[in-house]
Amino acid sequence: MTEPHFERDIDRSHMQVSDEVAIQIENMNKWYGQFHVLRDINLTVNQGERIVIAGPSGSGKSTMIRCINRLEEHQSGRIIVDGTELTSDLKNIDKVRSEVGMVFQHFNLFPHLTILENCTLAPIWVRKIPKKEAEETAMYFLEKVKIPDQALKYPGQLSGGQQQRVAIARSLCMKPRIMLFDEPTSALDPEMIKEVLDTMIELAEEGMTMLCVTHEMGFAQAVANRVIFMDQGQIVEQNNPHDFFNNPQSERTKLFLSQILGH
Amino acid sequence: MSTSQTAAFVRKDMLPPQDPPTSQAGLVKWLRENLFASWFNAILTLSSVFVIYLLVTHFYPWFRHSVWNANSLAECRTIIAANWGEGASGACWAMLRERWHQFIFGFYPPELYWRPIAVFLGLLLAVAPVLFTQLPRQMLLFSLAYPLLAIWLLWGGSAWPVIMIAAGFGIGFLALRFLDEVSSILAIVAAIVAPILFWLFAVGPLDDVLSKAIPLAIEPVASDRFGGFLLAITIGAGGIALSLPLGIILALGRQSNMFLIKSCSVMFIEFIRGVPLITLLFVASLLLNYFLPPGTNFDIILRVMILVTMFAAAYIAEVIRGGLAALPRGQYEAADALGLDYWKAQRLIILPQALKISIPGIVSTFIGMFKDTTLVTFVGLFDPLKGIPDFIRADFNWKGIYWEPFVFVGAIFFILNFSMSRYAMYLERKLKRDHR
Ligand SMILES: Nc1ncnc2c1ncn2[C@@H]1O[C@H](COP(=O)(O)OP(=O)(O)OP(=O)(O)O)[C@@H](O)[C@H]1O
Ligand SMILES: [Mg+2]
Repeated sequence: MTEPHFERDIDRSHMQVSDEVAIQIENMNKWYGQFHVLRDINLTVNQGERIVIAGPSGSGKSTMIRCINRLEEHQSGRIIVDGTELTSDLKNIDKVRSEVGMVFQHFNLFPHLTILENCTLAPIWVRKIPKKEAEETAMYFLEKVKIPDQALKYPGQLSGGQQQRVAIARSLCMKPRIMLFDEPTSALDPEMIKEVLDTMIELAEEGMTMLCVTHEMGFAQAVANRVIFMDQGQIVEQNNPHDFFNNPQSERTKLFLSQILGH
Repeated sequence: MSTSQTAAFVRKDMLPPQDPPTSQAGLVKWLRENLFASWFNAILTLSSVFVIYLLVTHFYPWFRHSVWNANSLAECRTIIAANWGEGASGACWAMLRERWHQFIFGFYPPELYWRPIAVFLGLLLAVAPVLFTQLPRQMLLFSLAYPLLAIWLLWGGSAWPVIMIAAGFGIGFLALRFLDEVSSILAIVAAIVAPILFWLFAVGPLDDVLSKAIPLAIEPVASDRFGGFLLAITIGAGGIALSLPLGIILALGRQSNMFLIKSCSVMFIEFIRGVPLITLLFVASLLLNYFLPPGTNFDIILRVMILVTMFAAAYIAEVIRGGLAALPRGQYEAADALGLDYWKAQRLIILPQALKISIPGIVSTFIGMFKDTTLVTFVGLFDPLKGIPDFIRADFNWKGIYWEPFVFVGAIFFILNFSMSRYAMYLERKLKRDHR
């Protein structure tokens, strides 16, 4: 596992965890047919937290964060996002989705739209923001992820790292209160991983609530305030990064860390 | 590492490239690579040349002996025999000179030919902004109004029913626009139900009143006066315009999670695809009369158009389903994650991409459908390929004329369909260029 190191110091002045609860998951269970993917998940995320979720392949990390914006449906228990409970009520689902941004492993940009159109589509059609204003917001965020000059190109003309930064900007244009990342750097070449992680660090510095499935342990150590370890559909262990890496409690965590850190 | 210093014995400049040997250049090379690359290839080339030779020597005299000025087939034959000797065969295009208008307009009253001509020119104008996105978008307003305008001009009669139909669409649009704020499902239902109620209950009385107050009528032309390419293009263009939206809805229905919608779509598609078009045309001409309330005079062209539309829509639905299936799941997920609802996601993200993939298949279906419009001859309409020629052959002067109508009508069909297929290729290339 490559460990990018971050040259600059991380500015922690805005990284404050508030008492306000952003996401509350209570006794959540999910099955795929007979297969019990998520077992009794309990998790409370406060506004401003930066959580890294790790675990072996197939442990249910993606499934869990995809339940938070209802890309997957849970079968029992409760998920409350920003005060709205996720039920089959479409109104609630739409409300949650417009508050929660998501970045995917394979970017999932819309290939038939320009970068700018990718970024303005949801603000215009979901938030009903005037086109001009949406474009200004989009340019602001594209500048933030350092690709304003690509605004009129199509996704296919950009490198993987650039595409992923556009995907982040696209989510930010909806001004979400929570950001979900599902292995945002796993499909990238090493030299592009850093540019995406840098963007994510900047986001963390601004106090965004983030849940991030990733194998980038350097990132976890640098910005996470909590690391969650999942295995076989359960949350096995959670701790602050320092204790998580230096003093893991369960055997499974130790085994996983020894594999991933190559000790 | 060595530096880039040049040693004395190394040439600094590249020599200019030499001309390739003659066996590797120009025509000889091309022939060799493309026509005589191997023994097998050479045999194929020679036999193809032979077949082409046979075809040309067989047909060329027929065209060369063409006669344009004559009043009957017998006269044509006499002229050909006089010019080219007894037994020579030749085309008698004189028939076209006399009867071309029937191939084009059928039995439409000649003094009203300006109406179908205006409708055809209008068609080009209405289709242009749809086909070429460079054109100003305001032209689409005309495209929207065009179908009703065309119907009124072609069939004539009072303008009020047509205006009422337009008003119904207007009501539906307003319902969609203002109820969308409240709930998008309510808006869609209202947009469908309100116009239907309007058409069923308000049109009759309103029409009576308005027609008396302001008579806005042109001379009516009945459907049995339609024929030839006027008929084929009317049915074809109507079918194309209607079958694409219906095909999209069916394709989405087939993908739906809702059991009833899904099974209805599947049954419709599979039933229509399993039945020959001619069967459906007979349904249009005979069976519909049993189902419709007695006394309703439901226009035969409209009936045929509806069934042709359904037929094409079933095929288009399957083509589009292929396009939908080719899209990665990530596109749906990204649209969902951004909070786009089902209809917006379909309209803005999914369909533009799926339709782009489906263009070749959709255009093939259109071309097939346009050619199939000639089958309306079986329900007694005068299509350009059989209906009109048979009518002309019934005239004693042209009795026995056989190939000329086929060649002429085939050539026109070819030109129209070939343009469609060229346009599809242009569109594919353009979309590819835009997105890469
Ligand atoms: N749509 C599905 N149908 C059935 N089983 C599924 C489905 N999606 C995921 N699974 C199964 O659920 C389990 C958890 O999958 P998930 O994608 O959440 O794992 P993950 O922890 O994200 O793994 P990875 O690190 O490989 O991404 C896996 O065993 C997977 O095979
Ligand atoms: Mg995963």
